[in-house]
Amino acid sequence: MVEFTLPANSKVGAGKIFKAPAGAKRVRAFKIYRWDPDAKANPRLDTYEVDLDACGPMVLDALIKIKNEIDTTLTFRRSCREGICGSCAMNIDGTNTLACLKGIDEVKGEVRIYPLPHMPVIKDLVPDLTHVYAQYRSIKPWLDAESAPPPDRERAQSVAERERLDGLWECILCFCCTTSCPSYWWNGDRYLGPAILLQAYRWLADSRDEKTGERLDALEDPFRLYRCHTIMNCTRTCPKGLNPAKAIAEIKKMLVARR
Amino acid sequence: MAEPRLRSPLGRAIGLGSAKEGVEHWWAQRVSAVALIVLGLWFVASLIALAGADRDAVVAWLRHPLAAILTVLTLIAVFYHSALGLQVVIEDYVNSEWLKLSTMVAMRLISVALAVAGIFAVLRIAVGG
Repeated sequence: MVEFTLPANSKVGAGKIFKAPAGAKRVRAFKIYRWDPDAKANPRLDTYEVDLDACGPMVLDALIKIKNEIDTTLTFRRSCREGICGSCAMNIDGTNTLACLKGIDEVKGEVRIYPLPHMPVIKDLVPDLTHVYAQYRSIKPWLDAESAPPPDRERAQSVAERERLDGLWECILCFCCTTSCPSYWWNGDRYLGPAILLQAYRWLADSRDEKTGERLDALEDPFRLYRCHTIMNCTRTCPKGLNPAKAIAEIKKMLVARR
Repeated sequence: MAEPRLRSPLGRAIGLGSAKEGVEHWWAQRVSAVALIVLGLWFVASLIALAGADRDAVVAWLRHPLAAILTVLTLIAVFYHSALGLQVVIEDYVNSEWLKLSTMVAMRLISVALAVAGIFAVLRIAVGG
């Protein structure tokens, strides 16, 4: 349902301020969303002043520095720190992106960091992704074919057939796009969202897959697919430069083409 | 109060399954939009041409078969396209099932009623006494 204001227990209050050490020359303030499920209190925005001369260039570097040196209770997901695992997806300076790929110098003034929008929060910057993962499972994201593979080698694909997967296989399932989509905010219980639909198209576009018809049957639904109104937030926010909106348009074209 | 959520996440994601419809609606919305580009331009151009004309001139214009037919087509396209669009708005923004169903039914009936009223008005002038 559309919600234009936060519920009373989600309203964000003022938080603590952690001052920069004396003598720091290049100080940048990081305002970070904090919520502790055990505290029985509303979320708050804590301010951490970081000396950029003693910090790596990326927002993730600052988060790790804060956790290591200033406040160990700050909770966030991170793993590869090079934009391939998708763990550190969060809302930085008003845009969903990966903290490891976002340079601190790309943000003017204080750096505001929130969890991915409109998802249940587990703690601080960690959203609950159970439902999107289940939606991913629901589109059967694996090769499904009746024909047996050749006994002596893998299933062959021409160069052109393989190229149709470019711009699709690179998705790392960080869900920056899905959580930037107003249609997903309002109807995420049923709408699959841009990340899952891009993945669905990845298998529709695969020349080796033989379940195209069944896949299209499963997608043809006013809520699963047609909640997309080409708002384009997904494409604008994708930290990998992919185009989920185009993948969704391709699915819609396939559904018209088979009529 | 939130009900206990013991159903598996996959079960919740699958829900009632695919409705296996939506492509008709999506295609009809686009076709009616194309029709409205042509009909809308014609209708607006006609109104501009009729600006300042007296009642008899407008009635005479509408009595012409071509103008009457195109006006009826415009009315059909307008109310068909707006019903399709309003359906999307209701699906997007109304979450409670009974409210969604009742606004959808009311919207459809009102759209049909308005279209019939408009077409009747045109026909009365075009073929009526």
